[in-house]
Amino acid sequence: MALHPSAHFVAVFVRPGQRDVAGERVRAEAGHLGLHTGNVRVGRIYAVDLPGSAAGLTRAAPLVLADAVLETVAVDALPAHSGAFVLTARLPGVTDDEGRTAQWALQLAWDDRRLGDGQQRVFAQRLVLCERPLADDELRQLAAALGNPLVDRLAWGRGAPEAILAPAFVDQAPAPQQTVDLNRDDAGLVTLSKQRTWHLDAAELRAIRDHFTLVAADRVGRGMPAAPTDCEIEVFAQTWSEHCKHKEFNATITFRHNGQVRTVRSLFKTFIRGATETIRAKYAAIGQDWMVTVFSDNAGLVELDADHYFALKVETHNSPSALDPVGGAMTGVLGNNRDAFGTGKGGARLLFNTDVLCFGTPDYAKPLLRGQLHPLRVARGVVDGVEQAGNKSGVPTVNGAVLFDDRFAGKPLVYCGTGALLPKRYANGRSEHKDIRPGDRIVVIGGRVGRDGIHGATFSSGALDDQVSGSVVQIGSPFVQKLASDLLTEACLAGLVAGCTDNGAGGLSSSVGELAQGPGGAWLQLDRVPLKYAGLQPWEILLSESQERMTLAVRPADVPALLALAARRSVEATDIGAFDDSGRLVVRHGATTLADLDLGFLHEGVPTRHMEAVWDDRPALPNPAISLDTGAMLLRLLASANICSREAVVRLFDHEVKGKTVVKPLMGPTGLAPQDAAVVRAGFDGWHGLAVASGICPKFGDLDPYAMAAGAFDEAVRSLVSVGARLPVPGEAPSWSGCDNFCVPNSAFDPVANPDGRQKLGKLVRMCEALYDCAVFFDVPMTSGKDSMKNDFVSEGHKISVPPTVLFTLVARLPDVRRAVTSEWKAAGDVVYQVGATYDELGGAEWSRLCCGSENALRGGPADALRGAVPQVRLADARRVYEKVMAAHAAGWLASSHDLSDGGLAVALAECAIGSGFGAQIDVCQLTNDASLPAVLFGESHSRLVVSVAPEHTAAFEAVFGADAVRLGVVTQSAQLTVQCGAERLCALTVADLSAAWRTPLW
Amino acid sequence: MVAAQAPRVLVLRGLGFNCEEESAAAWQLAGAQAVVVHAGDWLCGKVRLDGFELLHFPGGFSYGDDLGSGQVFANRIRLGKLDDGTAVLDTLRAFLGRGGRILGICNGFQILVRAGLVPNLGGGFDQQAALGANLCGHFVDRWVRCRTAGKSLDMLGDRVLDLPVRHGEGRLVFGSADVAAACVAKGLIGLHYVDGDGAAAHAEPANPNGAELAAAGLWSEDGQVFGLMPHPEAYLTFVNHPNWGRRHRSGLDTDAATQTGLAFFRAWVAQCTGGA
Repeated sequence: MALHPSAHFVAVFVRPGQRDVAGERVRAEAGHLGLHTGNVRVGRIYAVDLPGSAAGLTRAAPLVLADAVLETVAVDALPAHSGAFVLTARLPGVTDDEGRTAQWALQLAWDDRRLGDGQQRVFAQRLVLCERPLADDELRQLAAALGNPLVDRLAWGRGAPEAILAPAFVDQAPAPQQTVDLNRDDAGLVTLSKQRTWHLDAAELRAIRDHFTLVAADRVGRGMPAAPTDCEIEVFAQTWSEHCKHKEFNATITFRHNGQVRTVRSLFKTFIRGATETIRAKYAAIGQDWMVTVFSDNAGLVELDADHYFALKVETHNSPSALDPVGGAMTGVLGNNRDAFGTGKGGARLLFNTDVLCFGTPDYAKPLLRGQLHPLRVARGVVDGVEQAGNKSGVPTVNGAVLFDDRFAGKPLVYCGTGALLPKRYANGRSEHKDIRPGDRIVVIGGRVGRDGIHGATFSSGALDDQVSGSVVQIGSPFVQKLASDLLTEACLAGLVAGCTDNGAGGLSSSVGELAQGPGGAWLQLDRVPLKYAGLQPWEILLSESQERMTLAVRPADVPALLALAARRSVEATDIGAFDDSGRLVVRHGATTLADLDLGFLHEGVPTRHMEAVWDDRPALPNPAISLDTGAMLLRLLASANICSREAVVRLFDHEVKGKTVVKPLMGPTGLAPQDAAVVRAGFDGWHGLAVASGICPKFGDLDPYAMAAGAFDEAVRSLVSVGARLPVPGEAPSWSGCDNFCVPNSAFDPVANPDGRQKLGKLVRMCEALYDCAVFFDVPMTSGKDSMKNDFVSEGHKISVPPTVLFTLVARLPDVRRAVTSEWKAAGDVVYQVGATYDELGGAEWSRLCCGSENALRGGPADALRGAVPQVRLADARRVYEKVMAAHAAGWLASSHDLSDGGLAVALAECAIGSGFGAQIDVCQLTNDASLPAVLFGESHSRLVVSVAPEHTAAFEAVFGADAVRLGVVTQSAQLTVQCGAERLCALTVADLSAAWRTPLW
Repeated sequence: MVAAQAPRVLVLRGLGFNCEEESAAAWQLAGAQAVVVHAGDWLCGKVRLDGFELLHFPGGFSYGDDLGSGQVFANRIRLGKLDDGTAVLDTLRAFLGRGGRILGICNGFQILVRAGLVPNLGGGFDQQAALGANLCGHFVDRWVRCRTAGKSLDMLGDRVLDLPVRHGEGRLVFGSADVAAACVAKGLIGLHYVDGDGAAAHAEPANPNGAELAAAGLWSEDGQVFGLMPHPEAYLTFVNHPNWGRRHRSGLDTDAATQTGLAFFRAWVAQCTGGA
């Protein structure tokens, strides 16, 4: 796609005398880079590529494109300028919402018919004018900060730009269909797979070859070539991608653990689904099965109330976020929300989002590899993307976490979670299952298809390297998705939708292929699919992951009503084919059949992988011997990157739109108190609601992956119990829903590329075993989940691999959100207790990272310097303690409750103080009977809470808890946290000092 | 317009709005009858304002706010026509002419300002103020303290209320010194950001966006249209307040309507029904 000077353009600048806040921001950011720009003006430029007179545009632009009070408008003229400029525009073909909105807005005041012909003719750009004439290398640096060459066209220079350019889209005839010759040896197959970015291995290509040999005569009879067409192989590559088929989670694994060999037939079936089925059977036997749809749909569905199911889904969007942090995170949020929309018949309403983000440290100092963005750039971009996508989706972002470790400097982890409410009844019957029949039409709603996001599914199934095509990156459009999801909700309520799914990885090839499994076949006609611009090849239309599209199954009689409703709601909807019971997936473009595949083989034919895994438990190294200045250490911990306040991120996300958020991420009199779990009401006609929490602690995985995964599970459980949730108990009609998300480095052994692959896979097996053990013990099921298996960044001969990580997201129903308990102390005189036992477990703790690592460890650095025992989850003890906490909640004894995690007891006490403004007089002496003083103060043993109890309830509280609660002291009006061990004063810090340390800027 | 029964409120949804659910709940809880209507159906004339006493523009990101907050929706009010050719603005003129009232919150306020519905000095529906980018340069979600002023005193009395703000462009700017002076003189600044002592706050953090004259909300000259940046509809129960835990413990947790954002909606309903 070429560029040419735009026929006309509009320039919008801030009126002289008004504050140019965007300009001030660019100036400040440039200042951080050491660039002295002088005064900066930021202009919005619209290239309007409509040849002809500018008169209409000149009349219309000031009316519709700018604010009459704050801005000035000029057509075909830029301000006189003698300094430097940087111009950023979207690359041709990349989503440009603003340009499209401007085109749409112009139609109100300018009756040029070309504006409404469906082709994009207005393109948004940003022109940054710097007062000082910066040098070329300075401008290059500034441009790199303002745009990303993977998605943006960047230009810079002195004076003003000579021309405003616009993209030109040239129509191309479809390339002639080609067949693929798979009659090669394994090496030849692997080479071919690499060349075409299929990411299929030799065994998979052999299986495809054998299948085509078997059905050759049948194919010829259907008028197809005997050999697979290039389009057909692409369909296999998408459908069989790791992203879609989870081949490694379904592999047969020979696992040698401490010398003992056992065979695991599918991690997923054995440990994940296996756990859920065990729990489900137990409760189903007493008529209390709350699980409606588990693992079989886009999100897990559980019972909520008489009128609603609750849907939960969490996904990652790591590779795209590494390349284009803003766009990658946006598509992460939007794509995961579409999974909720596409559950059951469809049309669920969003209730909340969660975001757990893992980055390299903000002060990462190693040289950047080719293709690698600095972690700070990634972090800021991802946060920006979550902000845009979440806020514009009208969904509160209520819970999350930000973690730092330099092993996330190659690929960040961007976990996007969605909770949604699905009405149980629609006009066409119950909502929980898709009801797609042969003859139902395939209708696509939402955005148009472009060349963005080709091969996303296969791309995310491989390691990230420096050879990346921009076409794998997508930019989401929250507005288009909002229109489409509003329409879907309305259409589903009206009973016009039999089922739906989202178009994400693999595009139409995946969405139609998946839905076709119900009725048993489908055909689609690609030339009916609306395109963003001319020139797409048919296979690109089939595979494109252009965002904001949902694929619907609609009864033929309902199609006119659906299309009419869509038109009224400004959403494009197109009938592109139909479902049938042919057993086949048939794809046509014009008169050409591009694919005619056996649906059964497409979905079931992928060969089972065989993999090897090894893990030997490692003995704990002795604790580090460090002399301790408690006060200084506490302040350092509070200021450290992994513990300090997340306020700078939290307040960018709207966490209370919908008016249902009861426990927000930050609470208390000054809005500083961090909370363990979020609580949201389900609606306005009752007080029941949901608590949601996340557990994630990769830092423990180097020493003990089993303990790490169990710890993540326990962290999520204890956070929910802390806020007031009751663990599932037979007879109480519980409703809990969990989602497991694994992110691991490539764990397939290769003697050259991945010599420690067996150990990596061994860690994964141990993590899965831990989740099984915890889930079955607590009766807390996983209802959905996702694995991301290739989190390595490879460039210039170096590999940066993430530490094996599992995020466990948990949701529990609360009967009355007004009984939730927050973390901050409530009144002077309340008695403070630690609930749960402390062990001598300093391995992996933030304190150990601070003491034992290099200075870098302060910012979450490498874990190889870690010593000490990793915290273990003692399930029986944990359950006993949690049941007592549940009893205390039921009796209303708890004034506050805060879980102990990063930084241990000392940090938790400090947070309770910072969050409330109260101080406390604390004595930890009794705890030192069981653990060393550093472990008591800073150890991160699991299953512990710090709670406060009003004096009138302490006797009853102590009677119930017995030895499971240790009285630590009292909350004081005086704003000072004093910690003693018997007569020895360990620290005395004012809340102001604690707060100042904790509010150290995140970046 | 004084309604004999529960006033009917038309709450817009769709096209990027996203606060319709809690807005409708607010009106219902306040004793009004809320009808949620897709904005597209209103803009084309399929749904008309006949039979409604109130029109509510909720928060959100109408048209993605791509050209500036509320710009495109305001364009449609200023320049758009119903399917039958009637100017959208004329339907609002008629609605106001028969005593209808209009409320805009956050994105709704941005639309009202850009469409010239507030402050509308002289009644010509010219844009006389604007909502610029927060001086901090980014979106912010936090609770601020507000105090009623000007025309709002008649409705609500002198009242201090904590409310959440959630916006990136909320800095009220007056088009000229004359406009600002007129707004002050006529009592059109109906809500101020205030500090802990209840005095108008001109700087962060108490003033979350740098609004001129600490203005958080603005009336139209005729007193029928009001817009504000904070979200009273997100404070319908005491457990929405970020400090509800402490307040609960201290016995200040009542769900009495005077304590929450519901007070605001009750006052509007009372006006419509002729009560005080």
